[in-house]
Amino acid sequence: MDYLAVQLFNGLANGSFYALLSLGLAVIFGMMRIVNFAHGAFYMLGAFIAYFLLQQAGVGFWPALVIAPLVIAVAGMFLERVFLRRLAGLDPLYGFLFTFGLTLVIQDGMRLRFGVQGQPYSAPAELSGTVLLGAVSYPTYRLFVVAFCLVASIAVWFVIERTRLGMAVRAATERADLTRALGVDVDRWITPMFGFGLGLAALAGVLAAPMRNVSPLMGSELIILTFAVVVIGGMGSIAGAIVAGFLVGVLSSVGAIFDPAVEGIVVFALMAVLLLVRPSGLFGSIETR
Amino acid sequence: MLEVSGLDAWYGEAQALRDVSIRAAAGEVVTLMGRNGAGKTTALRCVMGLHSSMRGSVRLGDADLGALGPVQRARAGLGYVPDDRGIYATLTVEEHLILPPRAADSAWDVERVYAAFPALRARRGQYASKLSGGERQMLAIARVLLMGSRLLLLDEPTEGLAPILVQQIAAILRDAKAEGRTVLLVEQNLRFATAVADRHYLLSQGTIVATLGNDEVRARESEVLQHLGI
Repeated sequence: MDYLAVQLFNGLANGSFYALLSLGLAVIFGMMRIVNFAHGAFYMLGAFIAYFLLQQAGVGFWPALVIAPLVIAVAGMFLERVFLRRLAGLDPLYGFLFTFGLTLVIQDGMRLRFGVQGQPYSAPAELSGTVLLGAVSYPTYRLFVVAFCLVASIAVWFVIERTRLGMAVRAATERADLTRALGVDVDRWITPMFGFGLGLAALAGVLAAPMRNVSPLMGSELIILTFAVVVIGGMGSIAGAIVAGFLVGVLSSVGAIFDPAVEGIVVFALMAVLLLVRPSGLFGSIETR
Repeated sequence: MLEVSGLDAWYGEAQALRDVSIRAAAGEVVTLMGRNGAGKTTALRCVMGLHSSMRGSVRLGDADLGALGPVQRARAGLGYVPDDRGIYATLTVEEHLILPPRAADSAWDVERVYAAFPALRARRGQYASKLSGGERQMLAIARVLLMGSRLLLLDEPTEGLAPILVQQIAAILRDAKAEGRTVLLVEQNLRFATAVADRHYLLSQGTIVATLGNDEVRARESEVLQHLGI
């Protein structure tokens, strides 16, 4: 029973990262129809920025939680302006190739400098230790991650679903051309939304740093799972990304109770079944072409 | 008002429009008629700036729209209702009405839209995917009236609608005409077309083969119908 509870919380903590990462992917795919393969690399860079801030400048976790996403968001906007913009309207394969190539460059560049060995990064003092939840004690930091990601996810959902800006984003996600024909300048929002999506990845990276070692390959392990989450939630769907993120986290952690191998199987089994019965995903509205 | 001349358009290697010229004065309603695949929808998309593989000139009043993208064309006074109505599943009815920016002072306001289409008021908070076909068409037309567009580009607005709704759309088009708006209408329904429009362009295989007045359409009805493949 206790083990189940612990795994449930572990699932929520893992799911938090899936949710944040797939949210960013959903926003980017919705606006640009680009499957951002480099998402995991920016998640990793987010963690490294936190690590550097601490090592080089003595800047701790809390400031890093703000600085790293901002730095990556700005870098992302630059990237969109200089490179991705040229790929708009071309075969999606080009976007895929570009972001995949970028991943390799970033990842191996970091590997060249830091090797594959992980660098430790400790949780801030006020979040170290454990909390007693009923009969089980659980790491405070992980609970913080779950709460933080839940709030962040809901905030993003609110902006997209309930504000004027979000309305334009939804319209552009569904039908970019028609939205332009209605006089809404969709293209003005593409650069900031790409930056925003990458910023979410960096945010997840900073949050992950105290839980996992900061290593050049930390993103590549996660990104494949995250793509499965995006497909389960429905390409481009905000609510779908959040729900599927936490759902996949919990299901795979609980599945691991039976056998550690189940953890990896659950995600892809779920994806396969869903693709059979509901190809557009749990919340998908974009028709798959 | 609207002056399209020498319009050629392609889909890949295939030429969809060949030297199409269309004129419509302020307050004039003109139709594009022709069978499926004749190029009617492509012509509307070219005017709206949504089809990039084209050549020729599109002018609205004194302005050459050639270099403008669809966003600027919409803001210059073009209002587009696509053949599939262009309703967003993820936007509520009311969001559809506040999404497009106002292009002109002569725009309808939301209250006037709700007065004209009470069904939309009743469903304002619902996602538009819940609307019936007729309500979707009403919403799509309301949207361009809210923009205050000077030129309405309507792609088969009456297709699949009940007669009472067709009459309502006819009344709206007459109002728009009375307000001096220009309407370019893709239409297959001859009775509706002759009831609301002033002139008709007959399009066949990407070329305009005839320009007819209402009397000519009525007089040559069987010939026109044959052209439409009906």
